[in-house]
Amino acid sequence: MSMFGQVFVKNNQYKLKGDFHHLTPNMPIRNADDDWKLLGVTNPRAMTYIHSYGGEAIFFESLSKGKLLATRCDNAECGTTGSVYIPFRICCPDCLSKMSVIDLTDVAKKSATVHTFMECARSGAFNLLDKPIKFINIEFDGVSTILMSYLVVGTPRFGMRVVPIFKTTGPTYTILDLAWVEEGTTAEQLPEGFGF
Amino acid sequence: MITFSQQQLKIPRLQRPVYLVTAGQSKFDRAFPDKRTEELCIDSFVMAAELLDISPAELKSYIHSCYYGHFADHFGDQLLGESVIHDRLGLDPLGNVGVKTGGATGGSTIWEGVKAVASGYSDCVLAMGWERMDEVPTDEGNFLISCAADKDWEAPLGHIYTGYYAVMAQRYWQIFGKSEESFRRTLAEIAVKHHGYARFNPFAQSPMDITVDDVLNSPVVAYPLRALDCCLMSVGAACTILCDEDTAVKLTRNSKNKPLRIWSAAGSHTLRPADRLDMEIPLLPNETPDQYKDLGERFPGGDRYPGFTGFLAARIATYYGYGMAGITDPTEDLDVVELHDAFTISDVQTYEDIGIRPYGEGRTYVESGDCYHTNPHTGEPGKLPSNLSGGLIGCMHAVGATGIMQTFEVATHLWDRWEELHGDENLWKKFDREKPKDWTNLQVKGAKRGLAISHAGVGSHVTSTILMDPDHLIKKDA
Ligand SMILES: [Zn+2]
Repeated sequence: MSMFGQVFVKNNQYKLKGDFHHLTPNMPIRNADDDWKLLGVTNPRAMTYIHSYGGEAIFFESLSKGKLLATRCDNAECGTTGSVYIPFRICCPDCLSKMSVIDLTDVAKKSATVHTFMECARSGAFNLLDKPIKFINIEFDGVSTILMSYLVVGTPRFGMRVVPIFKTTGPTYTILDLAWVEEGTTAEQLPEGFGF
Repeated sequence: MITFSQQQLKIPRLQRPVYLVTAGQSKFDRAFPDKRTEELCIDSFVMAAELLDISPAELKSYIHSCYYGHFADHFGDQLLGESVIHDRLGLDPLGNVGVKTGGATGGSTIWEGVKAVASGYSDCVLAMGWERMDEVPTDEGNFLISCAADKDWEAPLGHIYTGYYAVMAQRYWQIFGKSEESFRRTLAEIAVKHHGYARFNPFAQSPMDITVDDVLNSPVVAYPLRALDCCLMSVGAACTILCDEDTAVKLTRNSKNKPLRIWSAAGSHTLRPADRLDMEIPLLPNETPDQYKDLGERFPGGDRYPGFTGFLAARIATYYGYGMAGITDPTEDLDVVELHDAFTISDVQTYEDIGIRPYGEGRTYVESGDCYHTNPHTGEPGKLPSNLSGGLIGCMHAVGATGIMQTFEVATHLWDRWEELHGDENLWKKFDREKPKDWTNLQVKGAKRGLAISHAGVGSHVTSTILMDPDHLIKKDA
């Protein structure tokens, strides 16, 4: 019986359990227009990567607890000290010193607005979101950057006020655990597993 | 706020002049079930030798180092694909290196080759690019392309790169296009033009005789972008040979190709648009500090630079490139350009980034008719024709080859060989394509200077490649 590949770390080593790849046979590719002559072969492959979030792990863990973290350069010598970044950056892009982790949840709840957006009816393979996907790029008061995420309740427009929601039940520990809804959306309107 | 130091703003200087002597390309298509990538690469190399009227073996004897552009190893499922091609071209044991900068890979490959000759490391180099995008189904292809976005912060959002790009298009569409129907039609006109010019290019993958309404009625990909606003997914190869002056003279002895002076420069910007910080607009030589003071009044919301509406990398690539070649006003100084029309809207954005038009006024380059081979309003030659190849929308986007295809196209105009290299009946037959009855010679008469812009993704890398007839330089000591 097969089992999804699972990983934990012990003594700073990856410990693996389950199946990390699945065997599927190669199949010939033949030319229907030329007597079914051989042209090539399929090469099937499904595998599982083992990826470290490193210094950003705290950001993804916090989403599952309903918190949106950002970082801020507090180096007094830095030309851009006080700048706040989300996407969360570990080190300041100017002085390269390690930045302070700050909780941006309240700022996001009170000031997040849509900078730009896009509804996309298509997706690539391995997509887990419902289509059409409503991409939004979000501005926050006092933040230097514009975060990309997705809207699940409401019709996006420039300047629209949005609030974050978090997948605190059954989190995926990916960026998909963070989504947004139009301000004024009620708890009953949220997708399964999400809360404010 | 991003600021630049004086050291960073230095105009690059080549140690000696570099010349492009020949170039070649394969047929471009969505799929080649019957050809290996190396066959396409060899096709392009053989063509480059033919244009010099020498054998491939003789051309190889001049080459000293090789630069290979191939972006997506995972598409072809072959790491070190450069080594495969290098061996099949029979160029061992020369040094070679792979170049990968997304959609700008072709341009970056030329950038590397130019520097190798300019430095004196090599007197003659091969810069070749290719891409194989037909070895996976389209939705998996879209997944593989989305791997060029940030894998933790962007790619999981639908694994669809068009979506990450389209948010920028939306911002430009509403702020600078003011969501006007007339602007939407201007975008459609670009698609009509590029699919239309592709009809006269035997190498091109998507020749179409269509109207603005056909574009506006094509399926929505991500509003306001429709299927016919988007570039192609392609397979193919292209190459060029770069050398110093002595080698250039020797190699072109028996050829109609005149050695062309070449400069190449590069710029970059954040992989994630999210990380773009606010800054002053870096100015090109034909702009003044005052002209953008009221940009936010004329286009409410347009005062954040580059925000999601400009490509800083393109601006910097041309700041360096124009400085090297002595260009002060691209519309006046250049005769032909090939731009990276990944989408109709990004084509318009590029007009502004590279100074063909000021920020906010890109659409007028199309609406004036300046971008056409023949201005449709006046019947006179267009002031600065763009993408006569058909570009990425009509000709191809075989990523690693794209910037080289563009450079090949510009060179054919400067050599005055466009008609011969696109009109030859045998070429149309060889590619199993029908030459249209109304085939039109798009040679830009008297073209002496041209530019190609190669651009990656949401603007992470951009290169500018400038070609000039050496008897028509702008700056004598360039
Ligand atoms: Zn700092």
